[in-house]
Amino acid sequence: MTSILTNLFDGVAYGMLLFVLACGLAVTLGLMNFVNLAHGAFAMAGGYVCMVLVNRMGWPFFAALPLAFVSAAAIGIALERTLYRHLYARSHLDQVLFTIGLTFMSVAAVDYIQGSSRVFINLPAALQGQFDVFGVGIGRYRLMIIVICGLLTIGLQMVLARTRFGSRLRAAVDDPRAASGLGINVPQVFAFTFAFGCGLAGLGGALSAEILGLDPYFPLKFMIYFLIVVTVGGSSSITGPFLASLLLGIGDVAGKYYVPKMGPFVIYTMMIVILIWRPNGLFGRTAAR
Amino acid sequence: MNASSDVGYHAQRRARWHYGQAAFWLVVLACGFLFPTRYLIMTDILRLALFAMSLDLVLGYAGIVSLGHAAFFGVGAYAAGLLALHGIINEPVLALIAAGLAAMVLGFATSFLVIRGVDLTRLMVTLGIALLLEALAERFSNITGGTDGLQGIEMQPIFGEIPFDMFGKAGFFYSLAVLFALFLLARRIVHSPFGLSLRAIKNNPLRAAAIGIPVNRRLIAIYTLAAFYAGIAGALFTQTTAIASLDVFAFERSADLMLVLVIGGTGYLYGGLIGAVIFRMLQEVFSTITPQYWQFWIGLVLVVIVLVGRQRLHRWVLYVPNLIIKQVAGRKAVVAVPESDA
Repeated sequence: MTSILTNLFDGVAYGMLLFVLACGLAVTLGLMNFVNLAHGAFAMAGGYVCMVLVNRMGWPFFAALPLAFVSAAAIGIALERTLYRHLYARSHLDQVLFTIGLTFMSVAAVDYIQGSSRVFINLPAALQGQFDVFGVGIGRYRLMIIVICGLLTIGLQMVLARTRFGSRLRAAVDDPRAASGLGINVPQVFAFTFAFGCGLAGLGGALSAEILGLDPYFPLKFMIYFLIVVTVGGSSSITGPFLASLLLGIGDVAGKYYVPKMGPFVIYTMMIVILIWRPNGLFGRTAAR
Repeated sequence: MNASSDVGYHAQRRARWHYGQAAFWLVVLACGFLFPTRYLIMTDILRLALFAMSLDLVLGYAGIVSLGHAAFFGVGAYAAGLLALHGIINEPVLALIAAGLAAMVLGFATSFLVIRGVDLTRLMVTLGIALLLEALAERFSNITGGTDGLQGIEMQPIFGEIPFDMFGKAGFFYSLAVLFALFLLARRIVHSPFGLSLRAIKNNPLRAAAIGIPVNRRLIAIYTLAAFYAGIAGALFTQTTAIASLDVFAFERSADLMLVLVIGGTGYLYGGLIGAVIFRMLQEVFSTITPQYWQFWIGLVLVVIVLVGRQRLHRWVLYVPNLIIKQVAGRKAVVAVPESDA
């Protein structure tokens, strides 16, 4: 019984992490219908920035996290303004090729700069180990992830639902043409959201070094996970990807624990079945875009 | 209606053999005799060319973007390896066909998943299938040899006559013969009414359906055929290198394949062949400059190609040949700009 609860807890932490990593992609796909396979590269950038700051320069972990966010967002906005912008109107094939190219470049570049082995971020002692609550093992680090990601999710939901920017963004996602007809500067909204999504990915990358492992192949290894979150969750709301990441996280942890031999088999089968059943995602709208 | 405005007339004209095409294949054959020390890399190029031709059939003719074409390549590779290893079918050509059929069965089964949904769903499903098979191959390591791959494959002579030699000469001509035979078949298919209907589907599925083309059935057919081609390419890989390892399913293989086709251009069958040559040369150059980081440059090539635009790039490349043809033959260019896609 307790092992189930521990697994559930780990799964939730894992899922929350995936959500923070992938929710930027949901906006990219939903708003601009842009297939960005290089999303993981921004996460990796954040992770490595955090690693360098903490391990080499001796920054405290919690001071390095915001900087991971800022640096990934900065890279994101720079690339969006210089490169991505030109590809919005192109075919999906072009977008796929372009972003695969970027991913390959980022993998090789990080390999060149930091070496190909897995890196670890030195965690403060307060985050290590675990404690028991009614016999259920709770990892401190995972608890922190749940707290941070939970707050972020609530914050995002508030921004989307309550602020003017949020309503602009929702309008733009729903119908970019009508939104721009109403005087909403869709490219600007998008650029900002893209940068913010990249920043979140960077933050997620920094947080995930401990759990998912951080090495130069991160963007390739987890590309499919991000895509699953978005395609299964749909891009019409924030709740869809959130529930999808929780499902994926719990499913993956439980799959690895209870049927370790089937490995990633569970996840891929789940994804294919869901996509066949509902091609627009579990929580997506039924109308095809 | 006069003959020149007839669709069939134009279709037949396009399907005719040109001198350029004959020359192309003669050059390929000549390479086999000119560079006797480079058989291994040339065989590799032929294999890649066949694999790219397979993707061209679905991408260039039917407009299905697939990120998991390595799935069929891998199934073909493992099928050929297992057949040879356990001595089930010893004759390479028969084993090749059997491996192709194995991939074809998988292609047929998965085509039903692929025809559903839009581009993104297709991407995900194709990618997922390849990853799934990779996971399966890893899981059933008692059959596939796991991460070590299939080892100790010994190939029997082709038709019981021609043995594979260590310099790869037999392998090269064998691959070339297979490639040419399958090229002829593909050529016949894409110029047939069936091939034309595929182009119609790619350009506008709704209209194609409205003029009575059974869209889904056509897509299933071409996807299955492409899986057969990819399976044969995979089987050639195993037969000529005598190994099959997990990386036949790798995502990088599917991604590289995209690059090959993008370099060569889609929708005229030669794209895969030309792209394979250029891709391997690029890879050679990059890996001599920076052995460990050649992927960076491959990525850069992809990014640049997309930013410049594939159409424009092909126009630039074909500018000089067309100019020469115009000057010499005094007629309109015969080397056409490949069709746009997706």
